[in-house]
Amino acid sequence: MAERTLTTPHLELRRATAERDRGLREKVMSLEEAASFVSDGDHVAVGGCTMSRTPTALIWALVRAKKKNLTVSRSIVSSEGDVLYGSGVSAHIITSWFSQGIVWGVSKVMRHYTESGQAQFDEWSHMALGLRYRAGAMGIPYMPVRSMIGSDVCERLGGQVKEVECPFTGERLLALPALNPDIALIHVQRADAYGNAQLDGLQFMDIDIAMAANRVILTTERIVSNDQIRRAPDQTRIPFFTVDAVVEVPYGSAPHECYGVYEPFFGHMDALAGQTKADPVEGIRKYLDDYYYGPASWSEYLQRIGVEALIDAGCRGRSIYND
Amino acid sequence: MTERKNYTASELLAVMSGRILKDGQIVFAGVGIPLLAATLAQRVHAPGLTILFEGGVIGPFVVPGQLPPSTNEQRCTRRANMVLPITDVLLLLQRGYVDVGFMGGAQIDRYGNLNSSFIGDPEKPSIRLPGTGGGNDISSLTQMIVAMKHEKRRFVEAVDFITSPGFINGGNSRAECGLIAGGMHRVVTDLAILGFDAKTKEMQVEALHPGVDPEEVKDNTGFDIAIGDHVARTEPPQENELAVLRSLDPDRLYTA
Repeated sequence: MAERTLTTPHLELRRATAERDRGLREKVMSLEEAASFVSDGDHVAVGGCTMSRTPTALIWALVRAKKKNLTVSRSIVSSEGDVLYGSGVSAHIITSWFSQGIVWGVSKVMRHYTESGQAQFDEWSHMALGLRYRAGAMGIPYMPVRSMIGSDVCERLGGQVKEVECPFTGERLLALPALNPDIALIHVQRADAYGNAQLDGLQFMDIDIAMAANRVILTTERIVSNDQIRRAPDQTRIPFFTVDAVVEVPYGSAPHECYGVYEPFFGHMDALAGQTKADPVEGIRKYLDDYYYGPASWSEYLQRIGVEALIDAGCRGRSIYND
Repeated sequence: MTERKNYTASELLAVMSGRILKDGQIVFAGVGIPLLAATLAQRVHAPGLTILFEGGVIGPFVVPGQLPPSTNEQRCTRRANMVLPITDVLLLLQRGYVDVGFMGGAQIDRYGNLNSSFIGDPEKPSIRLPGTGGGNDISSLTQMIVAMKHEKRRFVEAVDFITSPGFINGGNSRAECGLIAGGMHRVVTDLAILGFDAKTKEMQVEALHPGVDPEEVKDNTGFDIAIGDHVARTEPPQENELAVLRSLDPDRLYTA
């Protein structure tokens, strides 16, 4: 087990931040331009959780750009993990739970790559991972926690975690190393051209991730005016100066959900789970051909998912505002 | 068992575990049986029970027939009192606001340790399972109720990997590891309600479900399990309990 903790030394982190252009400037660009911000070997943090607000469009662009050797962290990994392993973009995922979703059982793609030793899946508890991002966001090197201690989850992480004694009470706690991702990918309902992002519904770990990362790529269902942001600043969760790129991508989380806009595309997920269950290698290869390499554009990707599915997911998504 | 039952094993799990929950409790629940049981308790005897989801939700009322696919989608937030970041809802466990953690289990041992990570040797597993999610945090930091099918391959002498700690090696070993709060409270199966000896922390039978004889429990448990001579009997699921469950899960996503 690698003992690299992915914690950036404090002065290095500050230097990188100082070098970033943090002025109020427009940063709208295409998916392809945004993807070029990611370098091979980077630690990429993925926003959202399970089938919610997954930055699918950006992952789609990374796969098409044939990125290599990314270390990917996320609160909980769903089918995008199968895509990352299957495409060769990442063979190292850090998360608390990794499968397509509870209703589809255990992902055969995850099983194939991890059981054969072709890919690494570092397991942390959900809160431990969250506190690692939070420590990163706070600019401190570690965070103490009362969970994970005593378990084999802790044992298996070896030197990546350390038991510490509280200097005040003498209690035994586990010290978690901060996570400072090289780059974070976050999908939101709306943002302005400067990168002020407003989130509806569940925030997951996205705010800590944005604050902890060295760079942030934002994809958004809609780009709204800065005036609109300023009329409701209490709704802004990610400030513009943490953000390096803004890309407008309707249905940017499909086949996953974007709160209040669309629910998961269950039929599409059923089909993916079915074909990877039958044959994980061939199943994910065909999926990548059909949806990642085949389409000429994001619009064509959506076209292949199908108008009926888009309308159905959209109706279900917006239904929470119908009561 | 000879008499005909008008409920499935999953419905029995949901009813029996729902009855353990008390009014006024704050319950950290997974989707599936835990959510159904907690919602059933709210409707039948515990209207002031609050559900927390690890996706970051406080006090939702799920819509019958629209059960969430995980604890992280918009369906989890219906009529909730508050949504907050994942880390903050999990920190409520560490702070001590949560009475009961409630989840399912893949493999459990004599001391209530749960495995949802690896079947076989973790370095060369025969099956890599999805992992802990919030399970480790919940079982480390609060009292636990686990609902699972009673099968020999699931109830093993020692789990292959401790994902979510129970009483580790029994006795005081949990506290000695640094886990000074919480612990396993009950394991609810389709055969019985199981608890843990106050001193040794070994699993024992607290009550048998209707029509289940002690031998059936022993035969389906992969280690010696204590059953008292005068062990209690649970009351069969009542019509009103089953009616509520079926209205919540009409498509039988979780109660087939």
